Amino acid sequence: MLATAVIVLREVLEAALVVSIVLAATRGVHRRGLWVGYGVAGGTLGALVVAAFAERLAAAASGLGQEIFNASVLGVAVIMLGWHQIWMSRHGRQMAAELSSVGAAVRGGSRPLYVLSIVVALAVLREGSELVLFLYGIAASGPGQTRELGSGFALGLIGGVALSLAMYLGLLRIPAKRLFTVTGWLILLLAAGMAAQAAAFLVQADILPPIGQAVWDTSRFLPDDSLVGKLLHTLIGYSAKPYGIQLGIYVLTIGLMLALTRIVGGSGDGSRPDRRADRLAGQG
Amino acid sequence: MARSWFPALIVAAAAAFGTAARAQDAGFALTIKDHRFEPTELQVPAGKKFKLRVKNLDATPEEFDSSDLRREKVIPGKSEATILIGPLKPGTYKFIGEFHEATAKGTLVAK
Repeated sequence: MLATAVIVLREVLEAALVVSIVLAATRGVHRRGLWVGYGVAGGTLGALVVAAFAERLAAAASGLGQEIFNASVLGVAVIMLGWHQIWMSRHGRQMAAELSSVGAAVRGGSRPLYVLSIVVALAVLREGSELVLFLYGIAASGPGQTRELGSGFALGLIGGVALSLAMYLGLLRIPAKRLFTVTGWLILLLAAGMAAQAAAFLVQADILPPIGQAVWDTSRFLPDDSLVGKLLHTLIGYSAKPYGIQLGIYVLTIGLMLALTRIVGGSGDGSRPDRRADRLAGQG
Repeated sequence: MARSWFPALIVAAAAAFGTAARAQDAGFALTIKDHRFEPTELQVPAGKKFKLRVKNLDATPEEFDSSDLRREKVIPGKSEATILIGPLKPGTYKFIGEFHEATAKGTLVAK
């Protein structure tokens, strides 16, 4: 049961952390729960479909369908996160200037929440499809496995949700003024980590060159499949043995997103750190 | 016409991929049965790319997972997957079947 729980936790954690960051980043926004709910529901449905077609997906693109699919899902999520940041850098400030004292609910009115909804859906879809296949495997091993399956699944799910709930509550302790600066950076690092992970899938498919098999090797101190390793992997894109190209893509994603939010957000009084941060986080 | 070079580019790319594929044709094979790898230890060449074909004879899916090799791939039940590996430094590289970690374990030895 514990082994099942550990695997479920590992798969659930990434999606759950993404949800907690999105929830913190949209604190006070009207109907955000609904959008996150749509994302989770859509992602779960998608995961079931992907799992059902796993065989065909694996055989696609001369056997590289899975790698290309994973890289594409991550790539779309990165673009969505980037789009959200850029949109906020423009409108968050404008709205703040016009409606400085009006509640966040109004500010959030035309915010592209569907973009974050898609990010949640993609995170659930990617991790969820593996989880579905794993659970199907246990269920198919025999009817005696169902109880073990149920308790392991529940335990892992509760663990993953509890960890991300802890993170969400931790984020909410940050004073409201600084919260969106923090979530802005979290989203930036999340996107960079996803971009680097997409690059790793493309290296695995031999589409991108690794440019250095391992820039460093910390797999003895902090392996990728440890709980802390997995947490850091999701949050900042940690890898125990990153390819050179992953590092390059990581830095490039951060640079590009910062540059775009700065250009779109206007130059203004960029010397004030809270202003800069506002643009990054997109909140007034 | 800006587009005229495009077909040529595709042909060139296809040719390049073709050579790459031929260069790695020396393949190696593993099977999964009763949630175990067979063989559990496989000798592979160091310093070159190769293909590892993993055939899952079980009815249930398995995930070939190796942090040493930096590879993860789901292999549906009763099907076969090809994993591109290398070039590896000489040494041993562990892999597991993530969905049945207790039994599905193996090692690649690169020489």
